[in-house]
Amino acid sequence: MGRIKAKPEVCMGCHLCEVWCAVAHSKSKHIIKAFLYEEDKPLPRLVVEEKLPLTFALQCRHCAEPDCVTACISGALSKDPETGRVVHDPNQCVGCYSCVLTCPYGSIFINPRKREIIKCDLCAGLDTFYCVSHCPNEALVYEDC
Amino acid sequence: MSNMGDYDYLIIGNSAGAVGCIEGLRSVDKNGTVALVAEEDYHVYSRALIPYYLGGQITRDKLYYRSLDFYDRARVSVINGHRAVKIDSTVRVVELDNGSRLGYGKLLLATGGKPIYPPIPGLDKQNVFSFHSMSDVLGIEKELAAVQSAVVLGGGVIGLMAAEVLHKRGINVHVLELAERLLAPVVDATTSHLVEGALQKAGVTLYLKNTIDQVHGTERVESVTLKDGRNIPCDLLIVGVGVAPRVELAQGTDMEVNRGIVVDKRMQTAVPGIFACGDCASTYNFVTGAGQNLPLWPNAYLGGRIAGFNMAGMERAFVQGTAMNAMHFFDVNIINAGINVTGANSRDALGVIQEYEKDTQTYRKFILSEEGHIKGFILVGQIARAGIFLNLMRRKIDVRAFQQDLFKKDFGYADLPEALRWKLLQDDVILGVV
Repeated sequence: MGRIKAKPEVCMGCHLCEVWCAVAHSKSKHIIKAFLYEEDKPLPRLVVEEKLPLTFALQCRHCAEPDCVTACISGALSKDPETGRVVHDPNQCVGCYSCVLTCPYGSIFINPRKREIIKCDLCAGLDTFYCVSHCPNEALVYEDC
Repeated sequence: MSNMGDYDYLIIGNSAGAVGCIEGLRSVDKNGTVALVAEEDYHVYSRALIPYYLGGQITRDKLYYRSLDFYDRARVSVINGHRAVKIDSTVRVVELDNGSRLGYGKLLLATGGKPIYPPIPGLDKQNVFSFHSMSDVLGIEKELAAVQSAVVLGGGVIGLMAAEVLHKRGINVHVLELAERLLAPVVDATTSHLVEGALQKAGVTLYLKNTIDQVHGTERVESVTLKDGRNIPCDLLIVGVGVAPRVELAQGTDMEVNRGIVVDKRMQTAVPGIFACGDCASTYNFVTGAGQNLPLWPNAYLGGRIAGFNMAGMERAFVQGTAMNAMHFFDVNIINAGINVTGANSRDALGVIQEYEKDTQTYRKFILSEEGHIKGFILVGQIARAGIFLNLMRRKIDVRAFQQDLFKKDFGYADLPEALRWKLLQDDVILGVV
């Protein structure tokens, strides 16, 4: 299982990782269509932390012992033993936000339009890690560990 | 009587703590035999989902906390519909209500709690329920269609969740709270008043410093008279005043009971080989350093998980538990953790910093120790990334150098002093520079 590694020393704070993360989780997977035409405007599942000049992107660490999974009251969050990914099942989620309370990295995000959460799924089902492959300065890299 | 066999691990109870234990011990011991005794005749379900189910947000099958094949996959023998009645720790045997006996190597008590019914005559009627078990769910569900007016006894988390659900089903809801404000033990007065405002705005009627004096009706409650003499007609009465730890099995044994069954950080009771977790246990609170009952879902699951590791021989300590809640009442989101300091009862060594923004109804409050450690916090309205505060609390970080930043809407790791930031992120976050 791997994680996405942040390199603050080369991060420009362009927020393109957020944009492309949103695109990756849109219906169309198209940067213009996704934001212009989709009813549910796609949201990013990572955040660029900023205290200029410092910037770095932080997303779910897919922890070995994830606190969010511990706290989940519905079983919507689980750690996949095969892939090591911390997986969220929106069909099982009720939006209680216990995971928001317990994630040490603040990497579980609330969709303000709905009572639901979104989190990094390491671009499950896609052929690339969108935040990584679209980072113009290679400030995000995927690392197998 | 028949002996149903010996198991390496025996678990009494079938909720978050039990599942945590199974998942913990199975990650260490793949082969040991495991049995679980469940009093209720249902697959493991989440009590915390009851309001969501009765509110119509989820279907019945979503009440299940784990998939239906969970026990098979974990190779756990489930003994449903029976209650454990006695433990003989000298021969390591548990006796069930049908007389059968189960031998164990290690035993976990995850018996949970039982709803408290105040000593008011008439609470045994047909349309009176707590908000705790599947039988409550099924009972309430049967009544719902015909209910016009409901009384909820108790203005705590459970009572208020029940009130919201019933209100959303079009029922006139009356909430009775004995204290002078809602959620009094859980949050401070400012937060209570924000919640009171939200409920009143929605149309829920609140009766503070009040309770039921008399219940009227023969087989069914028809109305209640309050202490102050007012009368409320009702077709449903929900008792949501709290839950008491179920410690019966520990009584009369060498296990220590202090409201809950006392355990050490490894979740072991005073009797070797017997562990306890969840609502029935008195566990370590990392904020206060004391042992206390912390009947909350994350504590139950994690306590069970830690117990499971230790039962399987991997030493682990439960040092992450404290009071913690993620709550929402109508459109108000609240997250709190740690100690609850309200106005006058602030202890001298503790500082309180807070900000209340009336326009947006957002509120943030942090309780700081003399060393600048966060001992408790409450967030209302703005709850994004709340876990960062819990992490600062768990890691006992001195926040004085950046305490004003705690009120920033987008507070995050960037706001921490550089050395601290990379120290906090280095264990679990692989970062390029450090």
